[in-house]
Amino acid sequence: MTDDKAAGLALVNMWVGFIAFLAAAVMGVYQVLERSGLIPEMQSPALYFASVSTHGVLMGFVLTTFLVVGFGYYTATTSLKQSIWNRPLAWFGFWLSLTGVLMAAGPLLTGNASVLYTFYPPLMAHPLFYIGATLLVVGSWVWCLQMVMMMSLWKKAHPGETVPLAMYGTTANAILWFITSLGVASEVLFQLLPWSLGLIDTVDVGLARTLFSWTLHAIVYFWLFPAYIAMYTLLPKAAGGKLFSDQMGRVAFIMLLVFSVPIGFHHLYMDPFQAAGWKFLHMTGTFMVAVPTLITGFTIIASLEIAGKLRGGRGMFGWIGALPWGNPMVLAAGLALLMLTFGGFGGMINASYAMNAMIHNTQWVTGHFHLIFAGTVVIMYFAIAYYLWPKLTGRQLHSTRMALTQLWLWFIGMLVLTLPWHVLGLDGQPRRISSTPYDQVLVDSWQFNQIAMIVGGIILLLSALMLVYNLMKTHGNAQAETNLEVEYAEPVHAVLRMPPLMNGFGFWCLLVLVYMIASYGYPIAQFFLMDTYGTVPWSI
Amino acid sequence: MADPLKSICDDPLERKWVWISLVLAVVMGVTLGYYAVASNLHPPSNVETIDSSRLHLSEEFAEDNLGVKTNPDGSVRVTLVAARYGFYPPRIEVPVDTQVTFRLASADVLHGVHVPNTNMTTMVVPGYISEVTTTFPRTGEYSLLCNEYCGLGHDSMWSRLVVVPKTAGGQS
Repeated sequence: MTDDKAAGLALVNMWVGFIAFLAAAVMGVYQVLERSGLIPEMQSPALYFASVSTHGVLMGFVLTTFLVVGFGYYTATTSLKQSIWNRPLAWFGFWLSLTGVLMAAGPLLTGNASVLYTFYPPLMAHPLFYIGATLLVVGSWVWCLQMVMMMSLWKKAHPGETVPLAMYGTTANAILWFITSLGVASEVLFQLLPWSLGLIDTVDVGLARTLFSWTLHAIVYFWLFPAYIAMYTLLPKAAGGKLFSDQMGRVAFIMLLVFSVPIGFHHLYMDPFQAAGWKFLHMTGTFMVAVPTLITGFTIIASLEIAGKLRGGRGMFGWIGALPWGNPMVLAAGLALLMLTFGGFGGMINASYAMNAMIHNTQWVTGHFHLIFAGTVVIMYFAIAYYLWPKLTGRQLHSTRMALTQLWLWFIGMLVLTLPWHVLGLDGQPRRISSTPYDQVLVDSWQFNQIAMIVGGIILLLSALMLVYNLMKTHGNAQAETNLEVEYAEPVHAVLRMPPLMNGFGFWCLLVLVYMIASYGYPIAQFFLMDTYGTVPWSI
Repeated sequence: MADPLKSICDDPLERKWVWISLVLAVVMGVTLGYYAVASNLHPPSNVETIDSSRLHLSEEFAEDNLGVKTNPDGSVRVTLVAARYGFYPPRIEVPVDTQVTFRLASADVLHGVHVPNTNMTTMVVPGYISEVTTTFPRTGEYSLLCNEYCGLGHDSMWSRLVVVPKTAGGQS
């Protein structure tokens, strides 16, 4: 098989992601069991925090990065009909990222990096953990460069033509990831790494947390982008219809690029060392970043309505029943939108400047991001895998029925896991604890939900196993897949001429730069303008 | 006036929806801004540094000066040190319906504090002093939990906050 589409690169990247995902899902079940206190013999903070650190790194950094990269390469080659800009470099990026993951795995699994995936200085991990994380990120920058190069080469070869929406979104994500990863990269390169190697004695924890916040919010949009790209460009066709609006997809992608980075302080609402005015400024941007998601909700549901009506659905809601729910892409998107709606309501509370105090660092927050990330985003990763695996391997999907069951189980498991967590959070349970040796009255009020979350965790593990089994069996399926083309959705109104602003990123990058200087300039500079006290390293 | 969204969005229904979304975002911001100004409702944001390795030599956070003090105007000030794995002093009593200002410093790593069922919460960051002001409207025994991972003993880091009737004085 010739590999002009970089199918091999896409498959290998995504397999690394899904293997990491399965390992992390196993840890997840251990964590809910340990944390519930149901089996006293299991209690071990050392094991729990090593596990929770690894779970976070695998789900948040490994699954996501490798999936985004693999899906991105394949989207670029198939939507532009152009081969990879620099194939050896792409493989170099892959091996660099993988080396980083394996390096970080050592300290993580031996409990020498139990600092959680948010790093948390002045707790100090083994230097290999920081080096590994850096290599993973630098490897992903190779992908960012490739996407930007491929889009600009395509534009040169096709003057006056419109960049396909799928590639426009993928490039927006590549630029977004590069900009947002600079925050954590600065924290690691200038603070944590030299400090863990003994080159500097102390770090300013306020500065470290400020830099991390630069990365911490937009990273979730880096994870989310593939989900939205699939909803805009693959789902309408899979459902048997057309994309309602190509332009509004671009507007949503541009807004995500502009608004998602300069708003990180909603992760620092409860921190000292940043004045309230800056937090307020970041909050206004946080509400603005909800707008592209609301636009996406409208466009996607309108596209599904077109599909439903084309399939004979009648009336205000009749089209819903007429949709092909037996198609994994359609089912996953429907469930994803439901979870996004639930999670979105919670997100409004987290984003609210003052109301955040009720739920900050409680289990509510864990519930929120599992619903949005592990729910909405990851279920779309599954849909992408089910859609692409036959095209990548040339073999039919092992079992569509198993895929549908798996998606339902993921949805049900996620609700059974996260609804109790929201309640526990409102009842004051902190996140990031391995046991609950607190006031008995308080702990008794948590009991029911502590048990419910175990059920959710087990359902999710079952679902994760079914996904990996189904994908594995697809490779060996005797039935060849006949349709190897990725079929991107046509918009209702054909794109004739796109305004340059919606066909490129130059202006938007400049705008992000200005917005970043406005919202992060002084908050970072203040650490160099006032007398601060560094902090020495502490072991866990 | 022509709809400024017309150039990017053809469908009138979708334009309406975009306007609704934008107005929603603005209404949220304005509402929170109004309460921030009118009710002085802000997250705890205090830019004040301290050398966490020498708290015992600072005046405010030296051991003898920790705990609850009543200001001349009747408001209460609570000075606490967060250190692995406890808050010091470990038991504090404050009066009900009284403005209480907590000032906290960490002696080692990152901590957080949350009193469940109240809005008393703040991060405690080494190198900085946290300050949070609140009022407790109900008497009773509350838990003061560390809500930020601070090491392997993190789970057991909690202490007692008792909200007492005003007549009891509220001294520790």
